[in-house]
Amino acid sequence: MKKLILIIGVALLAACAPDKAKQESAGSENSQEESSATNAVAENTDPAKGIGQVTTVTLNTPLEQERIPRGKAIYEMKCQACHKLNDQRVVGPGWAGVTKNRKPEWIMNMVTNTEMMLDKDPEAQKLLELCLTRMPNQNVSIGDARDILEFMRKNDGEN
Amino acid sequence: MKTINQLTIILLAGVSMSLYQCKPKGPVDATVGDAASKVYVAPGKYDEFYNIVSGGFNGQIGVYGIPSGRLFRIIPVFSTSPESGYGFSEETKPMLNTSHGQVPWDDLHHIALSTTKGEHDGRWIFANGNNTPRVARVGFKSFRTEEILEIPNSGGNHSSPFITENTEYVIAGTRFSIPMGSKDVPISSYKENFKGSISFIKVDPQSGRMSIAFQLRTPGFNFDLSRAGKGPSHGWFFFSCYNTEQAYTLLEVNASQKDKDFIMAVNWKKAEEYLAQGKARVEKVKYAHNVYDEKTHSATTTMGTEVNVLDIEELSDLVYFIPCPKSPHGCDVDPTGEYIVGSGKLAAVMPVFSFSKMQNAIANKEFEGDFNGIPVIKYEAALHGEVKKPGLGPLHTEFDEKGNAYTSFFVSSEIVKWNVKTLEILDRVPTYYSIGHLSVPGGPTAKPHGKYVIAYNKITKDRYLPTGPELTQSAQLYDISGDKMKLLLDFPTTGEPHYAEAIPASMISPNSIKIYKIEENANPYAAKGEGQARVERKGNDVHVYMTAIRSHLTPDNIEGVKVGDQVYFHVTNLEQDWDVPHGFAIKGATNAEILIMPGETQTLKFEPKEVGVVPFYCTDFCSALHQEMSGYLRVSPAGSKTPLKFSTGETEGQPAAGN
Repeated sequence: MKKLILIIGVALLAACAPDKAKQESAGSENSQEESSATNAVAENTDPAKGIGQVTTVTLNTPLEQERIPRGKAIYEMKCQACHKLNDQRVVGPGWAGVTKNRKPEWIMNMVTNTEMMLDKDPEAQKLLELCLTRMPNQNVSIGDARDILEFMRKNDGEN
Repeated sequence: MKTINQLTIILLAGVSMSLYQCKPKGPVDATVGDAASKVYVAPGKYDEFYNIVSGGFNGQIGVYGIPSGRLFRIIPVFSTSPESGYGFSEETKPMLNTSHGQVPWDDLHHIALSTTKGEHDGRWIFANGNNTPRVARVGFKSFRTEEILEIPNSGGNHSSPFITENTEYVIAGTRFSIPMGSKDVPISSYKENFKGSISFIKVDPQSGRMSIAFQLRTPGFNFDLSRAGKGPSHGWFFFSCYNTEQAYTLLEVNASQKDKDFIMAVNWKKAEEYLAQGKARVEKVKYAHNVYDEKTHSATTTMGTEVNVLDIEELSDLVYFIPCPKSPHGCDVDPTGEYIVGSGKLAAVMPVFSFSKMQNAIANKEFEGDFNGIPVIKYEAALHGEVKKPGLGPLHTEFDEKGNAYTSFFVSSEIVKWNVKTLEILDRVPTYYSIGHLSVPGGPTAKPHGKYVIAYNKITKDRYLPTGPELTQSAQLYDISGDKMKLLLDFPTTGEPHYAEAIPASMISPNSIKIYKIEENANPYAAKGEGQARVERKGNDVHVYMTAIRSHLTPDNIEGVKVGDQVYFHVTNLEQDWDVPHGFAIKGATNAEILIMPGETQTLKFEPKEVGVVPFYCTDFCSALHQEMSGYLRVSPAGSKTPLKFSTGETEGQPAAGN
């Protein structure tokens, strides 16, 4: 497992570097692997779920009410500057309809594993080509991302 | 010029001669064949050590990598930094408060890295302000100045900020003796009225917060440098004193009369006992204590009004003098804590004192007399031995893990390696030119890391491409892993380095913080999310709660500000990713810019003086659309009726994009 993490860590490094060959030879005893390795996870077999730690999400109906205000608060602090709640794109795409168009796992991976998604996931890359601004890693935990997802479902009219 | 003002013209002439005598034919002659590979750190790889280097007259600390000599960061400490806004932002202005008002500069000479059991623990950097006496503490997680404490009753804080074995105390010894209590007396009344002062600053083991526990009142000498005892000598502190002649003019001649000055040995455990017994007198003073809170991202100043004073002329068993030849500068304690090396700047020999012999001498009262009632131990009774003909102008000594000492010699421009026990000289290498301080990683600790010695030279001359009369200060790296010291590298430094320490990167880098969590931002002016961005007027004060995220500022259109208003831009960086600072600058601001780290809030004050529309923008290249990250402030005439209005993304006749 440790080895796997290391390999993915190196792959991560390579992914965000302009010169891949040079970077791979760099891996010195005190290089910067550990910072990226926290995001290292097995990839989803279903590409529509994106890449990252989130492999299965159980959605409940009715909505988990206690998550919604928490998700809204995180949205207002970390997301609102770029994402509106309607379908209009400002810096990033508007959120209206996102839970209908994307799998919940994809959304949570995009929020928590942003750099790798932008480098590897074809759907995320399409959005980058459209918006031309790399979505920043806003340091959102898996639990916080789940709250945000519930808030998105509410925004999309679910109850 | 530099630290060594006291040297005579004759000695300086000697320097210039020795410069040319010692100088090899070409700049690379002195290096050895494999030097390049030993200092080469490949792209993307890391250095083995952090080198924390005092900036001298720039009032800052330089952070370098060893062995590459690469400069990573300059930490503003006692000097304002218009680049970051340190000392200009409303949050950081109080850091430079003193009893004299805001003092935006100081002369930062020495570094002390915190220790536990005498070994580096990687928590804090302490630094001294020499001119307007202050001690600063810098955190190793943020590499930021977290605290500055002004030192009352001091005429210049040179003998500082040396620390005890477990960082119980940081020391602040006065360079100049002065009449205490701002007295108006003739300068010629020096012997009668002038006194020295040594402050023992207690350090809270958890928070690192400093407080002055007590001061020692001493005869009117100059205190130069100091070191704490460790191991067997833990509980003692050793200070080099010069001008025991008590001269007050032309010190270079008049303070160099005596064959011997003193090393002052202080039993600080005894001082603690006297303090507990109520033997201290309380003196009224005034000093500033500035603390930066990393949750509110703001500094506050509190003024201290009292200090406990123990008079060493009135209390027995507290202080002893050891004669030391000719104006001692360095006063360095070896890793075992047994040996104390005195470096008389003008002396032909270097005495090494023995702590155990000194204790016996005290027990057997082997004194040659007293100075104002303070016992003077017989030189031979405390002496381990002398290093004979070591070189000219010894200044400072560091130690390796193998029982060797490395002493810098300013006048003969060299480092001399010698064995602490046998006092035998083992090797000497020239430095280019006229070395001041030197540093072995862990050199002042109980457990040196060894491997290198770094020379911080006082004279640069022809070592680099010339840049007019003002030159960079030259540092040099030597390999000390073998029997012979080998020159590996020259590297330029900023300011004028005095003392520096080096610490393994593995002790520091894993703890370095990457962002400030926006959830934990407790700055009262934070806008934690774009929904909280707003503009509020309170009389003539206008508070702009602004957010920054790639690549826009909110609000970016502000109207209703008038000439004569005081506008406070409180900018919160909403980013939560490493290395995405935003900057903020506005045309015509008479202070500086501010740099805001991810999750942080900083405030720039702007006083509009003319009517017009004033652009502002992000100064730190943050994204592909960085050039677009900007806005306008409309300034209307004083007394006009322009309503207060703010927005982002709104155009006339249309709602904001996306709303």
